[in-house]
Amino acid sequence: MHFDAFDRYHEKESFLHRLDPRVKALVTVIFIVSNALLPDGAWLAFIFGWIFLIAANLLSQLGIGYTLKRSLVALPFALIAITVLFTIPGKPLFTFQLFASHFTVTDAGFLRFVSILIRSWLSVQMAILLVAVTRFPDLIHALEHLKVPAILTTIIAFLYRYLFVLTDEVFRLLRARESRSAATTGNRSGGGVLWRARVAGNMAGQLFLRSYERSDRIYNAMLSRGYSGHLYTLNAHEMKPRDYYVTALAIVVIFVTQILGRF
Amino acid sequence: MLYSPVQPMHIPDGFLSLAISIICWVITASVLGLAISKTNKSLGEKQIPLMGVMAAFIFAAQMINFPVAGGTSGHLLGGALAAIVLGPWAGMLVMTSVIAVQGLLFQDGGLVVMGANILNMGLVTAAVGYGLYRSAASQSKSVKLGVAGVAAWLSVMTGALLTSLQLWLSGTSDLQVVIPAMLGVHALIGVGEALITVSALAFIIQTRPDLLAEGSESAKGSRNWVFVGGLIALVVVLFSPLASASPDGLERVATDMGFINASQSAPYSIIPDYTLPFLGETAISTILAGVIGVIVVGAVIVLVGRGIKARA
Repeated sequence: MHFDAFDRYHEKESFLHRLDPRVKALVTVIFIVSNALLPDGAWLAFIFGWIFLIAANLLSQLGIGYTLKRSLVALPFALIAITVLFTIPGKPLFTFQLFASHFTVTDAGFLRFVSILIRSWLSVQMAILLVAVTRFPDLIHALEHLKVPAILTTIIAFLYRYLFVLTDEVFRLLRARESRSAATTGNRSGGGVLWRARVAGNMAGQLFLRSYERSDRIYNAMLSRGYSGHLYTLNAHEMKPRDYYVTALAIVVIFVTQILGRF
Repeated sequence: MLYSPVQPMHIPDGFLSLAISIICWVITASVLGLAISKTNKSLGEKQIPLMGVMAAFIFAAQMINFPVAGGTSGHLLGGALAAIVLGPWAGMLVMTSVIAVQGLLFQDGGLVVMGANILNMGLVTAAVGYGLYRSAASQSKSVKLGVAGVAAWLSVMTGALLTSLQLWLSGTSDLQVVIPAMLGVHALIGVGEALITVSALAFIIQTRPDLLAEGSESAKGSRNWVFVGGLIALVVVLFSPLASASPDGLERVATDMGFINASQSAPYSIIPDYTLPFLGETAISTILAGVIGVIVVGAVIVLVGRGIKARA
C-alpha cells in the first residue's frame, strides 16, 4: 500500500492550496460554528453560506461541485433526526400510515428537520474542502500553532504516518483468514458466531503485538537518527499578508451570514 | 474501500446545538488536560512513538470484522481495549487521536462536535473499561476476562447513552425514540466489542503476559479508577432501563429542572435582537451583545493591520 493511500489531498496550484493551513483550519471551524448558530429556517443565510462554499470550491480549482459529490457521508446520520418531523408541535402538513400507526408531519417539525440537514450538509462540505486543499501533515502543524497540545499532535502525526503500514498488516491478517476458510457449496466456512468472534479477537491481539513490537523498532530507528523527544519540521509556516486579509474577509462574510439569518 | 465508518456513534456537525457542543468540549478538554499532565509525568520520550503506533493500531483494528448473520458483522471500537492494555490516561489520548483523525481526514464525525464524540467514544469508554477491568485485578484469569467483556459491553452502552442524551438535549431527536434505538443497536454492537476485546486480551495474556503486567499503575490510582468506572457503569445500568422504559419521566425531570428549555431553544439564537438570551432582556445583555460586535470588528481590524505589517 502506498503511503498516501488514506490521503484526501488533491494537488493543485490554487489560491486555497497556498493559504496558510492555520487560516484554512480556523475559517472552517468558524464557518461550522456559524452554521450551528443559525436559527431554524434561516433560508437567506443558508443560501449565503452555500454561495460562500461554492466560492471556496471555485477558488480551490477542484470544480464547482467537488465537495457536493463527496458530502453524502453524513447523510445516514439524518435518520437520527427524523423524529423531529413528528414530535415538534405545529400545524399538520400531512399524515401517513405505517405499520398500523399514523404519523403526522408538522410544519414546525419539517422546518427543524430540513434546517438540521442543511446545517450538517454545509458543515461537512467545508470540512471535506479543508482536507482536500491542505496536506495532512500541514494540518497537524497548523493545529500545533493553534495551541493543540504537542503530545496529541505528535500522536496524530504518528497515527497518520503508520496507518498505512498497519493497514497492510490488517490486510495480511484478513487474507490469511480468507485463505484458511475454505467452504464447499452449501456449507459455510468456519464455526459458529462465537468461534468467528474469537478468531477476530485473536487477529486483533496479533495485530496489537505486531504493532507493539514495531513501535520498539521505530523508536530505536528514531534514536539512531538523533531523536530527543522533539519533532522538527522543514516546513515552517509563516502568515503572509494575504492570509490575514482572507481571515478578515471570511469573518466579515460569516458575520453577515449571521445577521442575514436573523431577518 | 479503505475506510468505511463502522460506528453509528460519530455525530456529524449540525446535529448538536452549539451550547451542547461547547459543554462537551469543556469537559473533554479538562479530562484531556489531566490525561496529558499525568502521561507527561509518568512516561518517557519512548512512549510517544509507542502511543502513536498504538493509535494507528486501534484505527487499523477497527477494520477487523467477523460475519454475524444476514450481512451484518461485528467490529471492534477499541476504547476499553486501549485503556486496558495502555492504561487509562494513555488509552484516552490514543482514542482521542483516533477520533480526531476520523473527523478531520474522513469526515466521520464533525469538527465542532468532536468534543462530544471524544467524550462518548474515547473518554467514558476508557474510564468504564479500565475501571471495571481493574476491579478484578486480583482475580483469576477467567474472571478477569469475563469482567473485561462486561466492561467492554458497558463502555459501548455508556457511549451510546451519552450520545442519545446529547442529541436529545440539542433538540435533534426525540428521547422516546433515540434512547431505545441507540441502546438497542449498541447492545448488539457491544456484544461484538466484548467478544473481540476478551479474545484479544486472552491472546495477549497467553503470548506476552509481561505487557499487561507492566502497564499496571499504582494500587492507589487503580482504586480511584475502579471507583470512577464502577460509578459510571452503575449509573448506566440503573439509568438505561429507567430511561428506555419511561423517557417521559426523564423529559419531565428535565422540564422541572428547567434545563430542557435552556438547551433546546436558546442555542439557536445567541444574539437575537442584540440581547443575549441567557441574561434576559436587560441592559447588561444589550451591552454584552455590543461587546461581541466590537470584538468581531476589532478582530477584523487587527487581522488587516497585521497583514499590512507583514507586508512591510
